[in-house]
Amino acid sequence: MSEYDFIDHSHDVVVVGAGGAGLRATFGLAEAGFDTACVTKVFPTRSHTVAAQGGISAALGNMGEDDWRWHMYDTIKGADWLGDQDAIEYMCKEAPDAVIELEHYGVPFSRTEDGRIYQRPFGGMTTHYGEGTAQRTCAAADRTGHAMLHTLYQQSLKHEAEFFIEYFAVDLIMEDGACRGVVAIDLATGRLHRFRAHQVILATGGYGRAYFSCTSAHTCTGDGNAMVLRAGLPLQDMEFVQFHPTGIYGAGCLITEGVRGEGGYLTNGDGERFMERYAPNAKDLASRDVVSRSMTIEIREGRGVGSEKDHIHLHLEHLGPEVIHERLPGIAETARIFANVDVTRDPIPVLPTVHYNMGGIPANYKGEVVTKRGENAELVVPGLMAVGEAACVSVHGANRLGSNSLLDLVVFGRAAAKHCAETMSPGSRHKPLPADAGRDSVARLDRLRNADGDRPTADIRLEMQKVMQNHAAVFRTSDTLAEGVEKLRDTWKSFERVGIADRSLVWNTDLVETLELENLLLNAMATIESAANRKESRGAHAHEDYPERDDLHWMKHTLAWVDDGGAVTLDYRPVHEQTLTDEVEAVPPKARTY
Amino acid sequence: MQGARLRWQCRRGMRELDVLLVAWLDRHYADAPDAQKAAFHALLELPDPELAGYLLRGVPAADPLAAAVIAQIRGDAPA
Repeated sequence: MSEYDFIDHSHDVVVVGAGGAGLRATFGLAEAGFDTACVTKVFPTRSHTVAAQGGISAALGNMGEDDWRWHMYDTIKGADWLGDQDAIEYMCKEAPDAVIELEHYGVPFSRTEDGRIYQRPFGGMTTHYGEGTAQRTCAAADRTGHAMLHTLYQQSLKHEAEFFIEYFAVDLIMEDGACRGVVAIDLATGRLHRFRAHQVILATGGYGRAYFSCTSAHTCTGDGNAMVLRAGLPLQDMEFVQFHPTGIYGAGCLITEGVRGEGGYLTNGDGERFMERYAPNAKDLASRDVVSRSMTIEIREGRGVGSEKDHIHLHLEHLGPEVIHERLPGIAETARIFANVDVTRDPIPVLPTVHYNMGGIPANYKGEVVTKRGENAELVVPGLMAVGEAACVSVHGANRLGSNSLLDLVVFGRAAAKHCAETMSPGSRHKPLPADAGRDSVARLDRLRNADGDRPTADIRLEMQKVMQNHAAVFRTSDTLAEGVEKLRDTWKSFERVGIADRSLVWNTDLVETLELENLLLNAMATIESAANRKESRGAHAHEDYPERDDLHWMKHTLAWVDDGGAVTLDYRPVHEQTLTDEVEAVPPKARTY
Repeated sequence: MQGARLRWQCRRGMRELDVLLVAWLDRHYADAPDAQKAAFHALLELPDPELAGYLLRGVPAADPLAAAVIAQIRGDAPA
């Protein structure tokens, strides 16, 4: 069929995704003289990195004493000892240089009076190994993410990186266990493109939309993760998903925790202030994970709010309009716009909401994708790298600290470019691609484009999101997870009955959303099966039947492979408990208390 | 701008913007006068932080046509 003829390209390196990690890699590669293509489904400055307003951590010591070793300790502890200490050492040690470079490239960081980068405190960031409070987080006012994207995009263009914007990457091209390139659709024309490259770098972000309530933009559908699974490679630590307790029901937009700090409280469907039962002292001010779990238990036990009893109420009315407008500006507006609620009169409907995916494509600190074969758990996949939220390096382990995600993007985007510069030369010759390269992608596209089943994409997506929200969110037991696995298998099977209306190839967003749903289903399946398998509680994975961390049996990364039929195979990789160099000592596991 | 391409332009980096833009597109775009459609297209060209200023924080827009569409998107004015 001629409409599926490929347009072929060859580049030294192809980066998939143009968020912070993808752009940092693209820029670094172009600067090093590589012919670099960046393939992205949305315009670069509309990547989800733009939503990161908090800032980027680095032990610059501009506001008082600091040391990258303290930052490393905080990150290891935050990760509940599931992080790889060699990678965490690398990230924290490289952080100051990586941030100062950003400043030189043009990111307008907020400054102190004497002209240095201003740094503020952030939860979990300490000095002297937990003793004091560190001021470690750098920000460009409240638009750090956007400033980074804008700067890195301009720098990439300056160094003549080639952008393929509004191209949707479909599959990796694999040959004999190595990655040779990537297949993508140009959304504007519907034409298929085949990119041949010596390295493919996946920087495709998280998969928050596998859940009913998430803070991530619509574009976060775990495309790179799914491409890796389809290539027969595993994902790592997918059971670790970070939640925020108060996202607006149905919309996902966050209501800051400051609301509860000012006296806001939660009630269930009976109007009861249930937090008094779960945390008699701290009540509504208990930590994020405790509040999220308590809310979820109320909903699961039939005491939710609303016609489906599937959310909780957050009250501010009692505070009075003066307090609300003075101390919580913006909240009243957010609640009005997204929940149609006047917070001076009525409660806000809220729900624990997915905020970050710690799991993803297993990679080492250089950015190379690794897999396990036989006893070798560090086997590098030639030609394939992964960076950013899509990757699991693993620097966030079982739980990510605030302001470490922007750092992860920049440090490992940069590391991937450096590794290419050290191991490859620009302009080296390409082998021909295998004759059948991309054939599977064409078959899949053709099948979905002509799918005439009775289930609309949006229905299947909503069903998946509800299963994940109800069974694989913050409250997990052996029973809820086992039940969730069964339900998700049914949802997976029903994808055979998907039907789409648009048969064209030009701007077929129906088709793209269906491809994205297929990707989300793969991510969801890996997540729920990995969660059902891990019989301990660690970081963001809280298992009611196994409430303790169990280092003896579970100090290991989960690997999950998902086959065409949705069957999951699990295995493990050891956690790197050793450091990268002798400049710092490893931090042995201990109880994680704050 | 045609329908599906327009829908893709409503894909933003911030979920709040996704939600508001798609809601207006689905509920009001088809029946909107051409001048409002044009004002909506112009909004979609703005960078996310600027769009967030207008749509989330209520920063006033100088252009009256843009201001009218923004008010509808924010639910400040009946559509």
